[in-house]
Amino acid sequence: MTALRNTIPVLTILLAIVIGWYALTYVMNAPFQRDLDRRGGVTSTAGEFFVKTMTQPKPTLPAPHQVAQNFFENTFLRKVTSNRSLVYHAWVTLSATLLGFAFGTALGIAIAVGIVHVRTLDRSLMPWIITSQTIPILALAPMIIVVLAAIGIVGLIPKALISTYLSFFPVAVGMVKGLRSPELTHLDLMHTYHASPAQVFWKLRVPASVPFLFTSMKVAVAASLVGAIVGELPTGAVAGIGAKLLTGAYYSQTIDMFSALVAGSVVAILLVSLVGLAGRIVERSMGARPA
Amino acid sequence: MTENTASVVSASHLGLTFETNDGPVNALSDVSLDIAKGEFVSFIGPSGCGKTTFLRVIADLEKPTSGTITVNGMTPEQAREKRAYGYVFQAAALYPWRTIERNVALPLEIMGLPAEERRARVRQTLALVNLTGFEKKFPWQLSGGMQQRASIARALAFDADLLLMDEPFGALDEIVRDHLNEQLLELWARTNKTICFVTHSIPEAVYLSTKIVVMSPRPGRVTDVIESTLPKERPLDIRETPEFLAIAARVRDGLRAGHSYED
Repeated sequence: MTALRNTIPVLTILLAIVIGWYALTYVMNAPFQRDLDRRGGVTSTAGEFFVKTMTQPKPTLPAPHQVAQNFFENTFLRKVTSNRSLVYHAWVTLSATLLGFAFGTALGIAIAVGIVHVRTLDRSLMPWIITSQTIPILALAPMIIVVLAAIGIVGLIPKALISTYLSFFPVAVGMVKGLRSPELTHLDLMHTYHASPAQVFWKLRVPASVPFLFTSMKVAVAASLVGAIVGELPTGAVAGIGAKLLTGAYYSQTIDMFSALVAGSVVAILLVSLVGLAGRIVERSMGARPA
Repeated sequence: MTENTASVVSASHLGLTFETNDGPVNALSDVSLDIAKGEFVSFIGPSGCGKTTFLRVIADLEKPTSGTITVNGMTPEQAREKRAYGYVFQAAALYPWRTIERNVALPLEIMGLPAEERRARVRQTLALVNLTGFEKKFPWQLSGGMQQRASIARALAFDADLLLMDEPFGALDEIVRDHLNEQLLELWARTNKTICFVTHSIPEAVYLSTKIVVMSPRPGRVTDVIESTLPKERPLDIRETPEFLAIAARVRDGLRAGHSYED
């Protein structure tokens, strides 16, 4: 009953989006179709014309069912090793995402530990970290790719580094907050035991920061995916969701572009849910109250 | 090795001034006090009278700005480094990610006791506060009174001779509080520890203590020290005896004399 009450509003919005999308598809594709019909000297009824706007091979805006069909074919009906398989392209992007996410999380944690424990780092590093995120990644990514290619580093690593660049930030900020989250009495307690700074860190600051870590990792993993996709654009990469988007744009294969977008969203949803699930499992084992 | 082995805490002309944005605040002024081994001393007074601050000075959580204080004949810092006391905070302050047994084991881990001895001590102290059977529970699964008992077990686990308790039952309801007071007396009798106990409840102070230190604010100072004439064996209904009421009246007078409720 509750499940129904929760899904109905979501489904209503979904339905509204699909209807709106179809309407927009007609509006966007109609001028080209009208042009086509005039040149071919074809006359058709309104119904026939409507169907034609929904079935163009290279529409300005593909209809939902075209995207769905393309997505289904390229995901489930192709060998995963095929160049046309979305699973293959998603895997290429995913591997760079995961590597960059791992780097970014490690870097973010390391920076946070430094900031919390070294006063000078707190003053000197934080402004630079914030500045780093104000540089548009679209401007930065080609530079990273080109510079690394010049010294012979190509393929997975440059993309992963762009992911790292985007994902370390939320982890660093979240972990600084998390490592500073212990209450005063919890710290006083450690003081009464004459605990060493290392003991305070491992037995108090680290466990207290775990919820903050997983929250920021959820943001970071989504940012990593964006980074990997962006990293695939300037290389004219041959594989990956970014490459698929780029070739789609070159050859006006709008349906391919949209299904690549859908693939990207699916990967993002999977990644964010996986991190969320891992967080719930860890927090449950650390005594979190079941929600 | 010390001139007075019986004295656990000895303060002389102790003063502590906090520098705040609104100017200096005299939290403690000219406090002189001796606490002998095995005593149960209550500190009572309105908020701002420095009772918690005094406890925190003993625990080396605050540094005095004038006067001297020794704990077991040492400076508070040395005493803390020797793990001379267990501290119970107003809130149970259990680590939420640790089970009850692992919370009690925390000081033992920090002090580097071997795992087997940790287990034995956790079992003993949890039995002492009647929490056997709750070892694997997380703090949120326990009532407030049980959480506070677990935090007392944690303070007792490493067997320090001095127990510092800062309004440990302040947030609990009357019935639970009575019950814990009884248990605390029983525990004190059995372990023969020295206990410093901060409270703002007159009946609680009189019921528990062998010595009641009445304090008053602005500046925080001691206005009266009352040696209790009550026997060591104290059933709850001792609180209706004339002797008890006489001591309670003297505490109340002491509080009034300190002008503590004028503003």
